Amino acid sequence: MLQDIWTVFWRDWVVLKHRMTAFIISRMVAPLLYLVAFGWGLGRSIQTASGASYIDFLVPGILALNSMNISFNSVTPVHAERVYHKSIEEYIIAPIRPYAYVIGKVLAAVLRGMISSAIILVLAFAFGAHFTITPLFLLVLILNCAIFAEIGFAAAMFLSTYEQMGQVNTYILLPMSFLCGTFFSTRALPDALRVFIECLPLTHTSYLLRGLSSGSEVSLWSVAILLLYLVIVFFIGGNAFVKLRQ
Amino acid sequence: MIEVKNLRKTFPHKDTQNKTAEKVAVENLSLTIGTGEIFGLLGPNGAGKTTTIRMLTMLSRPTSGEIIYDGKRISDLDDVRAIKQMIGVVPQNLNFDQDLTVGENLELHARLYHMDAAERRARISELLEYVELQGVINDGVRQLSGGMKRRLLIARALIHRPEILFLDEPTVALDPQVRWRIWELVRKLANDGATVLITTHYIEEAEELCDRVAIMNKGRLIDVDTPQNFISRLGRYVVEWREDVHREFRFFDSREEARTFIGSLETTASIRKSNLEDIFIELTGRKEGL
Repeated sequence: MLQDIWTVFWRDWVVLKHRMTAFIISRMVAPLLYLVAFGWGLGRSIQTASGASYIDFLVPGILALNSMNISFNSVTPVHAERVYHKSIEEYIIAPIRPYAYVIGKVLAAVLRGMISSAIILVLAFAFGAHFTITPLFLLVLILNCAIFAEIGFAAAMFLSTYEQMGQVNTYILLPMSFLCGTFFSTRALPDALRVFIECLPLTHTSYLLRGLSSGSEVSLWSVAILLLYLVIVFFIGGNAFVKLRQ
Repeated sequence: MIEVKNLRKTFPHKDTQNKTAEKVAVENLSLTIGTGEIFGLLGPNGAGKTTTIRMLTMLSRPTSGEIIYDGKRISDLDDVRAIKQMIGVVPQNLNFDQDLTVGENLELHARLYHMDAAERRARISELLEYVELQGVINDGVRQLSGGMKRRLLIARALIHRPEILFLDEPTVALDPQVRWRIWELVRKLANDGATVLITTHYIEEAEELCDRVAIMNKGRLIDVDTPQNFISRLGRYVVEWREDVHREFRFFDSREEARTFIGSLETTASIRKSNLEDIFIELTGRKEGL
């Protein structure tokens, strides 16, 4: 099983190595814009409830949304491999365990998400942000990457067209990027919407990262909820791949 | 040995009234393919050849029926991985990993079949030489010509030394020179002891390569025999003539009989040796799909 996971991961690592420079440069664009527009620009006129600077509030949110986007989109080529190129059939025919394929793909997406997060952390320090990185902080970041990689995998298994994959970005990821406690507290939302938003994994990631980076207390329930998402979505995507093999 | 028993595959589809119906792709197919044999599945487009090969290679689950490899059933989960290790597949579509180079595509395949690093390196080098693609190991697969891609597909399928090789329309849309080279490769494989199952709608390909041929049409098996037996069963010579716009033909065991028949016709006719195409038309009653 471990050898099969490594093979699937190895393939994505080789592709990433081919494009590492382009990957790093392209991953700097969005966070740079967020930091300039919301950190330097808009952020100077915003006072947070705790009195901390807005950029310190913002960085964990950017980390959460960026790791979500990168991990999700790292797995979406699986959709083209399934629907258009049919290269997924090589894995279906091969004597590997189906869940090894899922885990390998998710781990590769986590790697991309973490590289991208490291870039943001470097940029954030350069922009004068203050935050602390703890082991739990990194674990939450990894969990967030893994959950959204699994969601990307499940979408790649269920959706038929490239257009539908784009709609996941438009109707699910984009609203979450802005509403899940990334740029402002969910307390500012109307109650009905707030309850719904607070059930979503990105909200828990945002609050956990913000709390851990500022040394505040965090709810371990949020970690438990992220773990629950991790397990549920893994089996949804994994089961879809098993069915595809059958 | 491969045994196929009462294999059936249906797909849901929308009928002309837009209601969900069942489309039969393969119906009650039973075959036995011996070890070391080159076995051809011949039929027009839509005959069920690719569906059959997809079920045999576990890319598609049969609706009913059994597939048994050397006594191991594909329905038995404990046997599936062992069966997969035995088979190699050359698909009809060029399903390479577009983001990897030629060498990386082969290495990925070797890793998926659990080959160790030294064995991988040696086998990749050996196979690239075998299909005469040594010079492109570091090129992206997108850069290869159609013929090179087909040869690379064969090399990829052979990496893990499969005992059984499936080739789904391996020479489709290729020029004659490349087709001949692929035929030579397939013959070499069979000489080395591999069992080969090849689907084709090229009659010439089946006649040239196969020890036995199964003729399929509309999902059903019409007949199985050697190309030579098919020809001798119907007659070694065929007389062809035209009546209005239709092509008419009749089989004869000897050239003399055919000549006598031509003498009795009131129109011009030609005489030639019969081939698998004539047999196919005789058995399926159609030519439009060829």
